[in-house]
Amino acid sequence: MASITLSRVIKRYGSGKNTNQVIHGVDAEIADGEFVVVVGPSGCGKSTLLRMVAGLEEITEGEISIGNRVVNDLEPSERDIAMVFQNYALYPHMNVFDNMAYGLKIAKVPMDEIKARVDKAAKILEIGDFMQRKPRELSGGQRQRVAMGRAIVRQPQVFLFDEPLSNLDAKLRAHTRLEIQKLHRDLGITSLFVTHDQVEAMTLAQRMIVMNAGVMEQFGTPEEVYSRPATTFVASFIGSPPMNLLKNAPDAKPGTIVGIRPEHLDITPSGWALQVDALEMLGAERLVYGRWLHGAGDELVVIRCDEARDVPELGSTIHVTPRADRLHGFDAVTGKRL
Amino acid sequence: MIEHRPGLTVLSHIILLAGVVIVTFPLYLTLVASTQSAEQITQSVPMSMLPGTHALETYKTALFGGETAAGSKISGSAPMMWVSLVTALIIPLGKITMSMLSAFAIVYFRFPFRNIVFWMIFVTLMLPVEVRIGPTYEVVASLGMLNSYAGLSIPLIASATATFLFRQFFLTVPDELVEAARIDGAGPMRFFKDVLLPLSATSIAALFVIQFIYGWNQYLWPLLMTTNEDMYPVVMGIKRLIGGDSYTEWNVVMATAVLAMLPPALVVMLMQKWFVKGLVDTEK
Repeated sequence: MASITLSRVIKRYGSGKNTNQVIHGVDAEIADGEFVVVVGPSGCGKSTLLRMVAGLEEITEGEISIGNRVVNDLEPSERDIAMVFQNYALYPHMNVFDNMAYGLKIAKVPMDEIKARVDKAAKILEIGDFMQRKPRELSGGQRQRVAMGRAIVRQPQVFLFDEPLSNLDAKLRAHTRLEIQKLHRDLGITSLFVTHDQVEAMTLAQRMIVMNAGVMEQFGTPEEVYSRPATTFVASFIGSPPMNLLKNAPDAKPGTIVGIRPEHLDITPSGWALQVDALEMLGAERLVYGRWLHGAGDELVVIRCDEARDVPELGSTIHVTPRADRLHGFDAVTGKRL
Repeated sequence: MIEHRPGLTVLSHIILLAGVVIVTFPLYLTLVASTQSAEQITQSVPMSMLPGTHALETYKTALFGGETAAGSKISGSAPMMWVSLVTALIIPLGKITMSMLSAFAIVYFRFPFRNIVFWMIFVTLMLPVEVRIGPTYEVVASLGMLNSYAGLSIPLIASATATFLFRQFFLTVPDELVEAARIDGAGPMRFFKDVLLPLSATSIAALFVIQFIYGWNQYLWPLLMTTNEDMYPVVMGIKRLIGGDSYTEWNVVMATAVLAMLPPALVVMLMQKWFVKGLVDTEK
């Protein structure tokens, strides 16, 4: 059983007057074989959380369990985990084979077993031709695959990924994303994947943890996070262009924020009155930025039009109607979903 | 844009050649003098620039000792070269081991008084040799280490500069490498042996060369603490051959000097390959 349980996990740096709490109590249950993505902006604490699961950071308060064992006091090598780093962290003076075999050698695994595991991983990742090369002779994508191979041969209970795609160019990133998906389908190992990129999160996750400033704002499937965001932060973080969070929508109750995604607004003969302030033509879609006609400050409403529709002119008046079942309401003070 | 000015090229070549001549001329002179006989050197003014015919006997006398035509007894420098070699090997090896381990502790571990230890090491850089040589002699004498290999090399092993060199190098090793090794199950010493040591190969090679030459050229300290002729290094041997009340056999002096220059030159030439290889290799 390789589930991960996080129980009231808190992380503090410093002591006495200089204490800085960066993670404020996270509770989560990750099922065996699940692929969970932790997503959030820079500095939200997602890498710190991952490193606490790995054992590279002390757990100030709370408990983390892997399988049925509480791992708070265990060394990283005793937790039966493997980690893939953002900068690959390959040993520069060893060739690919030795890089992948190093952990197994230390664990005193017999040589033929090591060779068997390395060959199998090399076949899965298609790096069999590079076994004798050193990391500096490989491209970024190849190095990342070697790093994943090093993780696979350990046959761990849990895979930990720390923003592994951030150093790759866009095309390679998309390709490697698919490879990671395929790897998870084939091996079925519980995975915790940290990223700041919501596209990676939406495409790879079976469930996502959305973090903001050390707080877990929502833990759900991509579908849930997209269509029923728990807070205004989650609502604006997931989805591109971000959801409209409107204080000045007509008929809105005071003290609430109305949320509606740009793709759920239609330009209709009547409805909310807006003046077209700006246009962005993105090829497959067009973004129309509208300002409230009833003069409510400088709040902009973003509407996504698809190719078929005629684009309104700058400065013209338009009316939009939100799709009724796609409206969200948030408390203006707490940001939580109503 | 590559400048094409033949006049400048010729001028720079002339200057460089002049530099080469200035640097190698004394060496050439020494070599030539070692191949002549003592009378030829002292009696022909200026000394002949061409190699003489007495090379074999001069070098034999210089190495193994013997009696010269003028009747002076010369003790061979072979045993002294051996002393120099041993010291010149113990010092770099000891220094590298000690400073690598110190730097490793300072960079990768947190322990009480860590900062004080660091500053203490730094402070030793401020003490010039002349200040500490008296007390060092007293300590070595009271430990009974005079006239020994231990006494010649151990006081010269501890080095703040080498510790800093390795500290700076270890700081450039990315943290992720340490973490990957931790996850792989490598303890601190394992990490030191399997990861840090191979990565430091160039620094070690550079330090070895510099310290070998430093150890080989030690004069003041051996002069102070050796009274037994068997423990004299070769640089002291050269000095002793010159002057005094006996006739100076200049050809033997020059021959001994050439012999004394050979091992450091060899070390530098052999290690050069390592440097270049190491420089080409470094790219994480």
